[in-house]
Amino acid sequence: MSVLQRDPQDMLRVLDEGGEPVGEVPDLSDDELVTMYREMYLARHFDTRAVSLQRQGRMGTYPPLSGQEGAQIGSAFALDEEDWLFPSYREHGAALHRGLPLKRTLLYWMGHEKGNRIPDDVNMFPVAVPIATQVLHATGAAWAKKLQDEDAAVMCYFGDGATSEGDFHEGLNFAGVFDTPNVFFCNNNQWAISVPRERQTASATIAQKATAYGFEGVQVDGMDPLAVYAATRAAVEKAKNPEEGERRPTLIEAVQYRFGAHTTADDPTVYRDTDEVEEWKKKDPIPRLEKFLRNTGRLDDETVEAIESSVKDEVAEAIEAAESEPRPEPSEMFSDVFAEQTPEIRAQAEAFAEMYERHGDEGFLRE
Amino acid sequence: MSQSQQTQNLTLVQAVRDGLHTEMTNDDRVVVMGEDVGKNGGVFRATEGLWNEFGDDRVIDTPLAESGIAGTAIGMATMGMRPVAEMQFSGFMYPAFDQIVSHAARLRTRSRGRFTCPLVVRAPYGGGIRAPEHHSESKEAFYAHEAGLKVVIPSTPYDTKGLLISAIRDPDPVIFLEPKLIYRAFRGDVPEDDYEVPIGEAAVRREGTDVSVYTYGAMTRPTMEAADILEEDGVSVEVVDLRTVSPMDKETIVESFEKTGRAAVVHEAPKTGGLGAEITATLQEKALLHQEAPVERIAGYDVPYPLYALEDYYLPSVARVEEGIRNAVEF
Repeated sequence: MSVLQRDPQDMLRVLDEGGEPVGEVPDLSDDELVTMYREMYLARHFDTRAVSLQRQGRMGTYPPLSGQEGAQIGSAFALDEEDWLFPSYREHGAALHRGLPLKRTLLYWMGHEKGNRIPDDVNMFPVAVPIATQVLHATGAAWAKKLQDEDAAVMCYFGDGATSEGDFHEGLNFAGVFDTPNVFFCNNNQWAISVPRERQTASATIAQKATAYGFEGVQVDGMDPLAVYAATRAAVEKAKNPEEGERRPTLIEAVQYRFGAHTTADDPTVYRDTDEVEEWKKKDPIPRLEKFLRNTGRLDDETVEAIESSVKDEVAEAIEAAESEPRPEPSEMFSDVFAEQTPEIRAQAEAFAEMYERHGDEGFLRE
Repeated sequence: MSQSQQTQNLTLVQAVRDGLHTEMTNDDRVVVMGEDVGKNGGVFRATEGLWNEFGDDRVIDTPLAESGIAGTAIGMATMGMRPVAEMQFSGFMYPAFDQIVSHAARLRTRSRGRFTCPLVVRAPYGGGIRAPEHHSESKEAFYAHEAGLKVVIPSTPYDTKGLLISAIRDPDPVIFLEPKLIYRAFRGDVPEDDYEVPIGEAAVRREGTDVSVYTYGAMTRPTMEAADILEEDGVSVEVVDLRTVSPMDKETIVESFEKTGRAAVVHEAPKTGGLGAEITATLQEKALLHQEAPVERIAGYDVPYPLYALEDYYLPSVARVEEGIRNAVEF
């Protein structure tokens, strides 16, 4: 029986908080498991550094992901090469697993348009900042894959707050009606900025909302990367190869916690108890997976140290590369608005260039 | 008008808070609703402390749903309440757009006056604070284009409180756009008591005889700076701050132009279809024979608002404003 065929109120777990197996460990090689750990570690270190860059004024507002590494890496791990990923604005970890260079993520939050350019060989959409809007795009993309007879699933990430938006309901409704190969992945991190999950919905779970749209919903422990992987893998396989009479889409609710602020622009101590944060830190996905891997002989001190040092180098290099990127040319503002520049935009670009020639940066920059 | 001379020295965002506080105290029909407006006090602190004072039923943290906020506020307004709905950023207001333009704007008309919609929708708007994508757009023209809506954009703390109180008391829907670039850029004296600044009246911020410059919101500041620079060169600049972009105070606009015969408009919204076009057309209609030069439009470009590494190039700078005004003068 598929792990998806369970009551949406019965949370799927594979590892307990001490890293002991309490469910069926998914079929992943030792290498894959260690890579999963490394990527989670990398995402955490990247996040810590990114927050610090923002604090030092070297980067703009940034949405931290710490606490959500298990959900992000565990789920992205379950995708096949040909599958697509539609992120919100917090999936820096899932993006790195898919192959988006860390430098691009940094550039985006440093205000460079270039950071939004996803390399052609990475099946991923740009960041979606408005809430839940990407859910409909993901449904449409999956629908296209189905109409084009292409064998690919489409993964869409969003938060608990997004489930209040009309777009979430419309996206899931279309997916159910047109039986599209979608995996809807809710990173339920308990808080939409200052508003708790209880203020988003009176449903007992978010997973159970799938019932209303006619497909399966499953709740997983989002701080258990192996449970996340197991559920997502089953959902991806079902999206592409449903059993007779089975609907392709799945809604996964990954129950987790955002350790830090919603973004570096807010202060969670205004709305959240530190006790609550401490309770959730006990569920931290990284030590949890680490314990499991150590207990089963897949990881030792030496490997952990090697991972630690290679991760630090990798992040340091990405930061250096992003910070050495020259300020974008002002003319870039006018490019890529349309396939072909309209006469009005061309005229504005020319007028700007002439003025820039006369004044230089001095006439424009405020700092 | 103010009953006492007591004033506080407030920033623009504090004046928003003070306006809400004053009117919530005066009128228990007023409720504030939106995302993070309660315990958190608003992401810009525009509702700070209101939840502690007025409680859960009057300062309402809603689910994250702009259409839901606007649509339910319309229902509340219809039933005799005075909702002030906050959109966290104007760039996130589009899901609510349908409710605002399809319903709030036309309830009075289509019910032939039976139902009205005394609703205020507040939103921080505009660029220049190095915010992420979708946080900096300037789309006031969308709302000004919609009959049945009033659109207010203050530029001083004094006006902010007075206009907000007028907006809450207005029997029709008002879109109240707050230029977040100047939320904390300076302070001004704000009376402690309640007072109204009338909706639909422009303010002449600086008198001059050579050229009229029309602006509003955050762009009032670079415009005033440019006027100072031009003054040193012997150019006398009159600056008109619209304060309300719809209904627009055409009388003041034309009156100023009849005096100077030359005009420039400054706004950060894209040039095409922006309110500069409306002002230009108004001058052409009502004061053609006074016109001595083409009207200069100093505006944002017709491109999606760039990520912040380029936003300083997008926004009208003092140098750009100065050059534009000079063009109008030297034509």
